[in-house]
Amino acid sequence: MSALLASYLPIVIFVGVALILGLALLVSPFLLAFKAPDDEKLSAYECGFDAFDDSRMKFDVRFYLVSILFIIFDLEVAFLFPWAASFGTLGWFGFWSMMVFLGVLTVGFVYEWKKGALEWD
Amino acid sequence: MTDFFSTYVWPGLIILGQSVLFLVVLLVLIAYILLADRKIWAAVQMRRGPNVVGPWGLFQSFADLLKFVLKEPVVPASSDKVVFLLAPLIAVTLALATFAVIPVANGWVIANINIGILYVFAISSLEVYGVIMGGWASNSKYAFLGALRSAAQMVSYEVSIGFVIVTVLLCVGSLNLTDIVVAQSAGLGTMIGLPSSFLDWHWLSLFPMFIVFFISALAETNRPPFDLPEAESELVAGFMVEYGSTPYMMFMLGEYAAITLMCCLTTILFLGGWLPPFDFIPFTWVPGFIWFLLKAGLVFFMFAMVKAFVPRYRYDQLMRLGWKVFLPLSLAMVVIVAFVLQLSGWGAPGA
Repeated sequence: MSALLASYLPIVIFVGVALILGLALLVSPFLLAFKAPDDEKLSAYECGFDAFDDSRMKFDVRFYLVSILFIIFDLEVAFLFPWAASFGTLGWFGFWSMMVFLGVLTVGFVYEWKKGALEWD
Repeated sequence: MTDFFSTYVWPGLIILGQSVLFLVVLLVLIAYILLADRKIWAAVQMRRGPNVVGPWGLFQSFADLLKFVLKEPVVPASSDKVVFLLAPLIAVTLALATFAVIPVANGWVIANINIGILYVFAISSLEVYGVIMGGWASNSKYAFLGALRSAAQMVSYEVSIGFVIVTVLLCVGSLNLTDIVVAQSAGLGTMIGLPSSFLDWHWLSLFPMFIVFFISALAETNRPPFDLPEAESELVAGFMVEYGSTPYMMFMLGEYAAITLMCCLTTILFLGGWLPPFDFIPFTWVPGFIWFLLKAGLVFFMFAMVKAFVPRYRYDQLMRLGWKVFLPLSLAMVVIVAFVLQLSGWGAPGA
């Protein structure tokens, strides 16, 4: 096992312990608690009514738009991470090449803003 | 065979022991953070807060745990049952998993990996899955709408948190969380002639980013004033509306674990981690993890006070703040910080 992989072993063990802990919490009321289910108790909550129809309905396209914007900007951040970590060694060439990249993205951002993709009213 | 034991089994068992110890301490800490939250909120509103279970209500959270475990678990008939139960498990496991890379003192860390901050960023991005899965699987309109809102809110502020982290990384030149803390032992304070003090930490040199990070952390963890997903006057309890018993408690535990993580991250990125506020005798006697806990506690106190003071935002205001104020601001700061570092040669010399 290489040293690089070995440094990730603690994470696997830690996440494993956290998972076991979560499972224990999740299972415990099913084993311990008193249960008396009936139809009313098991129906979806809707202010005393029976649900009129299925809840998986159409929703506003803006939520979809936000998630697309998120992917663009989160990828941008992912590109910035290695650049920021090695910033001291890159010099002016590294600086300007990232500025060009950010400039292109800013143009896209301004377009979205002007187009009204960020409006919620 | 002995080789196998000495390379894999014994180190593995030691890590297992450390992980269990760390998680137990963390969970007890979260129990008291929850109590502190309720007590501070109560004190601001001139109430007593929980004060019945144990002296000054100190055992309230443990009584709550017992109550949740003995509550009847209800799985709605129309729900997607596997996903419904998987969602709180994912929420709590991911929220706890991030703590594997958090250094509470020099060398006191479960996994000292080179890409610590990237790991934290990646895992906290995944936390949105617990919310989406819970809201979708419940098959209830309130839960569905709450999950949509919550997911959109969490991803919006994730972006500005990412840019803020990048500005810190520019000053440090490493993704390792221990390196980020150590780098803060010399900074702006040293330049203006006050070396080895709290002025060296990033909160001063990156002050606007410190504020943006704090407010984004509030929004990211669905804390008031950004608690729109569970705006109880319109969506009852948001994506958690169908949950009861321990599944509900696991969502709350995940939420408070995420809040604790944000307090720890603010401490590491901006408040110098375990470094003492002045690097001379009475302060250096106090062990590093005490300073870490004090600083994280201070940040949490600010979280709790914001909850008590500030009225809730409207959803369009929330999205405007995230996309039209914080995103351009943090993007501009990345450019400004990079330019200043490059021009002055103050940047990290690089690995």
